[in-house]
Amino acid sequence: MTVTLEHSTAAAAAERKRRPARLPRIVPYLHTLPLTLILGLFLLLPIVMTLVVSFWDYDFAMMYPDFITLNYEETLGSWVTWKTYLNTLKYAVLVWTITLFVGFWVAYFLAFYVRSAATQTILFLVCTVPFLTSNIIRMISWIPVLGRNGLVNSALIEAGIISAPIEWLLYSDFAVVLAMVHLYTLFIVVPIFNTLMRIDRSLIEAARDAGASNLQILWNVIIPLAKPGMAIGTIFVVTLVMADFSTVQVMSGGQSASVALMMKNQMSLMQYPAAAANATVLLGVVLLMVAGILRVVDIRKEL
Amino acid sequence: MSEKRTLGFYVLAFFFALFVLFLYGPLSAIIILSFQGPNGGLTFPLNGVSLHWFGNLFETQAVGDFGGSFRRSFILALMVMVITVVVSLLAGLAFRRRFMGATPLFYLAVASLVVPSIIISLGIGVLFQQLGFRPTWYSSALGAHLTWTLPFGVLIMFAVFNRFSPSYEEAARDLGASSWQTFSHVLLPMIAPSLIGVALFGFTLSYDEFARTLMAAGTFNTLPLELYAMTTNVTTPVLYALGTITTAFSFLVIAVALAVIVYVNRRRARA
Repeated sequence: MTVTLEHSTAAAAAERKRRPARLPRIVPYLHTLPLTLILGLFLLLPIVMTLVVSFWDYDFAMMYPDFITLNYEETLGSWVTWKTYLNTLKYAVLVWTITLFVGFWVAYFLAFYVRSAATQTILFLVCTVPFLTSNIIRMISWIPVLGRNGLVNSALIEAGIISAPIEWLLYSDFAVVLAMVHLYTLFIVVPIFNTLMRIDRSLIEAARDAGASNLQILWNVIIPLAKPGMAIGTIFVVTLVMADFSTVQVMSGGQSASVALMMKNQMSLMQYPAAAANATVLLGVVLLMVAGILRVVDIRKEL
Repeated sequence: MSEKRTLGFYVLAFFFALFVLFLYGPLSAIIILSFQGPNGGLTFPLNGVSLHWFGNLFETQAVGDFGGSFRRSFILALMVMVITVVVSLLAGLAFRRRFMGATPLFYLAVASLVVPSIIISLGIGVLFQQLGFRPTWYSSALGAHLTWTLPFGVLIMFAVFNRFSPSYEEAARDLGASSWQTFSHVLLPMIAPSLIGVALFGFTLSYDEFARTLMAAGTFNTLPLELYAMTTNVTTPVLYALGTITTAFSFLVIAVALAVIVYVNRRRARA
């Protein structure tokens, strides 16, 4: 069934190339015009504006068009900036490691161990639904769980395991990382699940016939084939963590900082050029990270 | 993988169950706590059961303008949804053929996902300020939301069209259908479930978005901005009550979208 279907798609694709286009050449440009306009106006132009403003001068009330590098000198010359970047990178590495581990096993279970397609769809939806609800609500929902008198502490005290509540459960790096894993794991589950579903099952049968154990199949067949999905998920998780300010602010109780939180504080003080310089540096770092990951995977092939 | 369920299955099934508990457990905690008695606090135990905090929602001094921010977020989400569906569908159609600038445009869409949201927020805020426009939730915030929903819509449409065989349209054309007839009677019904999916994404992502809205909303807050402000200055379960209501609303939207998809699929199976 799959074989014939794939065959017909390939034949159709070949035919499409031979067939002269019916619609005039301008049609694709008209079709993409709205997308181009929206992204141009609300993505490109604002980024260009940010770059420009990062060279402007400012005081407590106004920005003055100028060309000074003071904002960059202040940003890069400050010890706080470097510490904040290190802290943000620490979150990124921790959250990425955990989400990749959890995300892979969840996707692997869904793709290979759930037999009926209906159950698979339902379980996949169960994983997806929280993604479509409010991040803020999902974040604050940890407060009654982790707080000083929260569920975890009460349970541990009742069970006699500890005598006094654990203080570092909430408003700590632990809470930040836990909440980020909670918010972002889905972004790595979906791409990995997608690649796992596209692995030709006959490859696994061939490996089994050749005498490979389950573990060998997993390590030598499945994981290498799942790498593109892992890479796409990694892009999502890493960029989300690098851009995060709300989770860090709420879950650390204001005790930790991230680059985006530093920017947000500058923005609330109307120091837009300083925030813009920060934004430019952050954008550079994030794009470099993404470019690094893209060397591993061609996204267009994976859709 | 094998006929008999192995030990591996049970270990992974347990892990998956833990993951689901991890996803939904904390959420259920705040839903339960939103029914906290009038004297109850932010944590367990429940100090009686009441609807006190839900009633509190409608007193403006307790939570600010809940009704207004909900109305704004709802209208904004509807606008974002319609634009996302139309623009993504058009872009998906265009990308089925080769055209100049296709690759840069694709990467621009991907960049829209990758660029930190707070930078987009800052950029749009400063841009509007410099152009002399006042940022509002229906102009600048609308644009900011589209930079988040459109890439998802476009990527979903790409995935759909990559698996869509053009032979159906060719058959329709061979039978004498015009381009428009082929589109509206053949292509559109076939991809309708995916379009509903895109609509669901567009609506919910906009309804819950706040990082990009931060500097772009202008004078009047959207609901997530209101919620975000509340996390720092509200210390009563009214926060949970609001959380319960918005979550219930999100669930309702998801359920409606899924029901429509199931209905469309059934009708198509019968036809």
